Amino acid sequence: MRRFREWFANPWGRPRFLVAFTALYLAWSIVPILVAIRFSFNEGRSRSTSQGWSLRWYTGDPDLSVLSDPTMYTALLQSLRLAAIAVLVTVPLGVALAIGLTRWRGRGSGTARGVSLATLVTPEIVMGTALLLVFVNLLTFIQLGTIAQAIGHITFSLVFVVIIVRGRLLAIGPQYEEAARDLGASQLQAVRLALLPMLVPAIVASGIIVFAISMDDFVISNFLSSGTSTDTVPVRIYATGRTAPTPALNALATVTLAFTIVIALVGFLLWRVVRATRGQTGSTAREFAALDAETIR
Amino acid sequence: MSDTTEPVSAAQTGRRFWAGLALPGIAWLAVFFVLPFYVILCVAFGTVDPIFQTPAPEWSPLRWNTSAFEFVFEGLFTSGAAFQTVFLRTLAYVTIATVISLLIAYPVAYYVARYGGRWKGLLLAGLIAPFFISYLMRMLAWINLLQDDGWVNDVLIWVGILDAPRNWLDGRASSVILGLVYGYVPFMILPLYAFLDRIDTSLLEAARDLGASPFQAFSMVTLPLSMPAILAGVVIIALPMFGDYYTPDLLSGAPQTSLIGNQVNLYIRGGQQIPVGAALVVVLMLFLTVLMGYYLYATARAQRRLGG
Repeated sequence: MRRFREWFANPWGRPRFLVAFTALYLAWSIVPILVAIRFSFNEGRSRSTSQGWSLRWYTGDPDLSVLSDPTMYTALLQSLRLAAIAVLVTVPLGVALAIGLTRWRGRGSGTARGVSLATLVTPEIVMGTALLLVFVNLLTFIQLGTIAQAIGHITFSLVFVVIIVRGRLLAIGPQYEEAARDLGASQLQAVRLALLPMLVPAIVASGIIVFAISMDDFVISNFLSSGTSTDTVPVRIYATGRTAPTPALNALATVTLAFTIVIALVGFLLWRVVRATRGQTGSTAREFAALDAETIR
Repeated sequence: MSDTTEPVSAAQTGRRFWAGLALPGIAWLAVFFVLPFYVILCVAFGTVDPIFQTPAPEWSPLRWNTSAFEFVFEGLFTSGAAFQTVFLRTLAYVTIATVISLLIAYPVAYYVARYGGRWKGLLLAGLIAPFFISYLMRMLAWINLLQDDGWVNDVLIWVGILDAPRNWLDGRASSVILGLVYGYVPFMILPLYAFLDRIDTSLLEAARDLGASPFQAFSMVTLPLSMPAILAGVVIIALPMFGDYYTPDLLSGAPQTSLIGNQVNLYIRGGQQIPVGAALVVVLMLFLTVLMGYYLYATARAQRRLGG
């Protein structure tokens, strides 16, 4: 209680209680992951106690390792495949939608904005049920499996691209296109030559976000999967998390995490480069966090 | 953004151009977001094929059949019935997990926003990190830790709180709520951070100059100012929690911690009463819409109060 009072007593100093609290929070959020990664390198079969170090569950074991168990590596490939499709389709679709929705003021534009935001607040289980029922009962030419899952991923990630790009568009304002139009550019040329180059950092950022949320997704991938061959990594973790007999599942999760981090880091570096060449300044991490917070609001 | 003053005809072709750009995205959302909602309604108000036990959706609202909804509402409003128990349990778990999340998220966001200083970049990286780690992997980490011979039992026995290992994964509410808090708290911290970071410190200085104690400055300036962000954070994590079924499945797996999401998953993917599952989803959506409505109202009220 005294500590607590001291924190309030000096609002411009470094409050010790908050330092400790934040440090504890960060430790609590990171340590379980590090422990899970550590068990993936176990020599023995335990997923809860340390038993030496080996790559047995990655490559060594002839039947049960990530590299030799088909349910494991196909899940990883399926996750990466869906994330790649999601990025390639969602980003162009979302950028066009964002530009259109931001600049278009006419009948129906309000409804369109409302619908795209509604996808953000719809719980995944609702969207998963809706898509499952539509593919089973109405659009039956779309089979469950990769295509259905990809459609689901594109649908829920579209709004993230819209929010990120729209934020940047509002900051840029309409004057650059107007200048381009005054200098004789057609409307399409104005968008392509004046607007798009300025949007590149936002486009790269939205690509990273779409990739990350596609890799993270569980409910849609689970509802729209057609069986083990189209299960993603999160679906495998759900299916075997409680019963898995070996740390191979930890190894699979670790490999997936490594892929996500490497690809996100490459995207992040790319984002920094394009942002620097476009002459924007400021703390990179801070701006990226603001972006992320903006996204989930 | 200011309106542009263009000649009328140019404005009209402009409008058509912008609408054209938005069209593919709008068409996508119409087919894969709006239409599926109608299909949920048609399945929920439909019947089940007597031979194949597959749902027979009723496409015309004029012939809608309400038996699935009657089944759901009977279960919701009969005290002690399964649906009611599950609904009240979901409400309790979500409320507790949200309150705990807020108690964790606010101080962390406040610290990083106000006192991050030169460590801010690093601290933020720590706050963002969970976004790049799959939710299911984070649950898997806790499955490892909560095993009979896991580190949680080891620590608790070493400290002396427990005498013998406890089975944490066998239908305990505490494990499920821990999982929910662990899973969702990062989503609350970031919007709180983004908001607290923008609060003008000169307002606090003004409050202090006018004689407020530091505690008063916090409770009369910072806290009311951050009310919209708190509400937003609550909504951001409460909505997905209401649809969660994987956290209880992974950290408990027992019927005594089953949530609404588990019931939906059971009915929709388990088999023969898909219309009941669809009706449950519709009822859940209506409930969440009321919640969202309250959120919008409360945010508007908070903004009005601040606006004076």
